[in-house]
Amino acid sequence: MPNLPVIVIGAGPSGLTAAIDLAQNGVPVCVLEARDGAAVGSRAVCYSRRTLEILNRLQFAEPCVAKGVSWDVGRTFFRDDEVYRFNLSPDGAHQYPGMVNLQQYYLEEFAIARARALPLLDLRFGSRVNSLKLMPNGVQVDVSTSTHAYTLLADYVIAADGVRSRARDALGLVSSGETFSDRFLIADIAMRAPFPAERWFWFDPPFHRGRSVLLHKQSDDVWRVDFQLGPDASPDDERQPERVVPRIRAMLGDDRPFDLVWTSVYTFRCTRMSMFRQGPVFFVGDAAHQVSPFGARGANSGIQDADNLAWKLRLVLRGAAPEALLDTYDEERGLAAEENIRQSTRSTDFIAPRCSRMRRLRDEILALSKQYSFARALVNSGRLSEATRYPGSSLIVPDSDAFEGDLFPGCAADDVPLQGALGKEWLLNLLGSDFALVAYDDGKSQVRDLLLGARDKLGSIGIALRVAVVSATPGVRAQTFVLAAFVDMDGLFRRRYDARFGTVYLFRPDQHLAARWRAPTIEDIEKALRVATASKPREETCR
Amino acid sequence: MPLVLDPNFRSAGGVPARPHEPGDEFYELLTAAHRGLSDEASARLTLRLMLILANHVGDLRVLREAMSAARSTL
Repeated sequence: MPNLPVIVIGAGPSGLTAAIDLAQNGVPVCVLEARDGAAVGSRAVCYSRRTLEILNRLQFAEPCVAKGVSWDVGRTFFRDDEVYRFNLSPDGAHQYPGMVNLQQYYLEEFAIARARALPLLDLRFGSRVNSLKLMPNGVQVDVSTSTHAYTLLADYVIAADGVRSRARDALGLVSSGETFSDRFLIADIAMRAPFPAERWFWFDPPFHRGRSVLLHKQSDDVWRVDFQLGPDASPDDERQPERVVPRIRAMLGDDRPFDLVWTSVYTFRCTRMSMFRQGPVFFVGDAAHQVSPFGARGANSGIQDADNLAWKLRLVLRGAAPEALLDTYDEERGLAAEENIRQSTRSTDFIAPRCSRMRRLRDEILALSKQYSFARALVNSGRLSEATRYPGSSLIVPDSDAFEGDLFPGCAADDVPLQGALGKEWLLNLLGSDFALVAYDDGKSQVRDLLLGARDKLGSIGIALRVAVVSATPGVRAQTFVLAAFVDMDGLFRRRYDARFGTVYLFRPDQHLAARWRAPTIEDIEKALRVATASKPREETCR
Repeated sequence: MPLVLDPNFRSAGGVPARPHEPGDEFYELLTAAHRGLSDEASARLTLRLMLILANHVGDLRVLREAMSAARSTL
């Protein structure tokens, strides 16, 4: 029997994201999950704009947004006063809100429905992976179900089997780092309440003195409350309703009825594996790294792991890129894990200071924050997950021309509304799941020939390239009929991308900006694509 | 230059930081500087740091303003 191209172990958010990307783009994939369906209980809640953009590319963002609670504003209180406020969409004009809150089991149900619609995706629940062996011809995976046991052989394995990854254990690997001592209580409560859909965080509120509380709205009128309990709290006692209900009652400050849906007491760790690739096995999500929950960096980073890995596997399996491209999964997502651990450790140190002196320092910042904006900027109740940026990656071509603005090579594409032939269209929708070349054009430059030339030339070496033109005025569209052509009616593309006529942008299949030029040649584009696929320069391959 | 009370921390060059990062890095540096010290040593560190930074600022008008900005919040 021939090898399966890819086996995914684990049907959580990361594993399903990877599997759906592969199967949607022509790679047969088998997903093995020990559970019998979606996870139960209280897990991830907040899904970031970047996550929603990825899910949109994989065609299951819509049910998530429809079922979830969209929000952009976070408010932080110290005692009775609001001291800090952020808005994840200060300038609006994005396809998705900054965050959507949704119980993880809903997200998984929508992902499972999408997976089941893909003929190349073989989703097997109740299938436990007992061992994993690296063989000369691939990875051997031993699977058992309630009735029988069998063995599969795959070219590549994506281990997405969570914090207690058996795949990681099977290969004798570890995820190590720091354990934090503070205990936190999660209570999910069902109630009707007029509170706005915002993230509320309290330091030292009157109803929970000396510690912090976090409140999030989820779907079905369920609210997530997270109480800091301190290091000495008893996990068994604190999750009992007779302890939990008075805490919530004090927070609500009224007699409004509510039901306890879920309670648990947790501590957390910030850990990572030293390498996310072990030969043909790739670790994604919690199997590879863990962070504290402040910042929504768990599921969101796992989904970005999958987004980063899937296109690389696709290209290598198709023979369009060398194996070396797969090493850059560890390079890029290793840096992402470092950033996530750094941000989440800093937030934790502010929320749960390590000693009484640091607590004094923290409290002085909070006290000053009422009057002084510099102190408000230091208040850290969690820095929320944003798209990872890979400026130093070996796959990214640094600017050789001058550009202004916040966006630079390595950043995820910033979505903008455009006008297409069929009406309003979003930039990310036209980028799709392949490399894409987008030019800003006034119809007078030679950019149209350049784009078509690049598409033909790269198509001949197996790299699919989408090409599109964005113009300032509708008149240009008619002249570029062979190309996908869009009008930047609000000028947002020009502004966010610092576009001038003739500027060309190369986006990777994960929609990160790989390179940009004011006036490139076809050779510049070809060279950037070789960099972006970890391919050797032509001089070395054509002997 | 008048006393700056708006966010003013900056990272040195390199990759453009997210807006909150320079301030978060400052807090991390400051807590790390105190780690492992006794209460007494930690209090001394705070005072010595204040003296060093006051000399760096130098401008007595700014320092007077800073002292009153701090004192007015007590």
